[in-house]
Amino acid sequence: MTSKKLEITAEPGKTSFTTRRVVDAPRAIVFDAFTKCEHLTRWMGPRNLTMASCTTDLRVGGRYRFVFRGPDGNDVGFSGEYKEIVAPERIVRTFVFEPIPEAAALETLELEESGETTIIRTTTVHKSVENRDGHVNSGMEAGMTEGYARLDALLADMLQKR
Amino acid sequence: MGAVIANDRDLNTTFGALADPTRRAILARLSRGEASVLELAEPFDMSQPAISKHLKVLERAGLIVRGRDAQRRPCRLEPRRLKQAADWIGTYRQFWEESYSRLDDYLHELQTKEKTRDVKKTRNHRRTR
Repeated sequence: MTSKKLEITAEPGKTSFTTRRVVDAPRAIVFDAFTKCEHLTRWMGPRNLTMASCTTDLRVGGRYRFVFRGPDGNDVGFSGEYKEIVAPERIVRTFVFEPIPEAAALETLELEESGETTIIRTTTVHKSVENRDGHVNSGMEAGMTEGYARLDALLADMLQKR
Repeated sequence: MGAVIANDRDLNTTFGALADPTRRAILARLSRGEASVLELAEPFDMSQPAISKHLKVLERAGLIVRGRDAQRRPCRLEPRRLKQAADWIGTYRQFWEESYSRLDDYLHELQTKEKTRDVKKTRNHRRTR
């Protein structure tokens, strides 16, 4: 039995973080699950959100867009552009949470076949952004991604000691 | 999905404050109880003004509060804001943990279908059930 834990790693001083997850399926199927709407609508997102619309134009320069509908009926969109596609092992794409277009990131998805399982790795790099309100600088952007792996440990420590 | 809740200016300030290792160490120290600037400066091998600067950032971010005692002005952790920051991380984690758990089920379903098809083929169209 392989560990199904989602690992999230953030290296200090970098604006990126990585995730790792193992699934029990051949790589080609996992690649389809990540790129075809007939599959994506069946699994992507928490259970309290439904994917209200899905488009994936899987070619370099093509765009994707996922719209999730919450229990309150509000829609929220995630979208981006495919920058690099090496089926079935690698996709590089931009990622934008549409309400905050200035917080764009670059995501790399890598699939590694390992026996009967596939290792899914993602790397998310936040761009340095000039934020209009002047309160956010690139250092804070770095902090958003850098801080949270350590924060988990810190919080666990704190909660224990309270 | 990292940016989901991070639009909040407060949260950006919080993460900005947390980006610095010294400030994280100060928070870790304060999680064991309140301390004065002097007490905080000691283990960090830093001047008092340098520590004061870090404390100002933490205070502005709402991560600590400082006592009114003019002499000592002890620093105390304010866990509420840190909790908010952790909730944001929780949101990211929850989004993907739940997605992957659904993906497990879905991949299983897909492969079961495929196997059933293969079995049907090899049995030369004999009914499998």
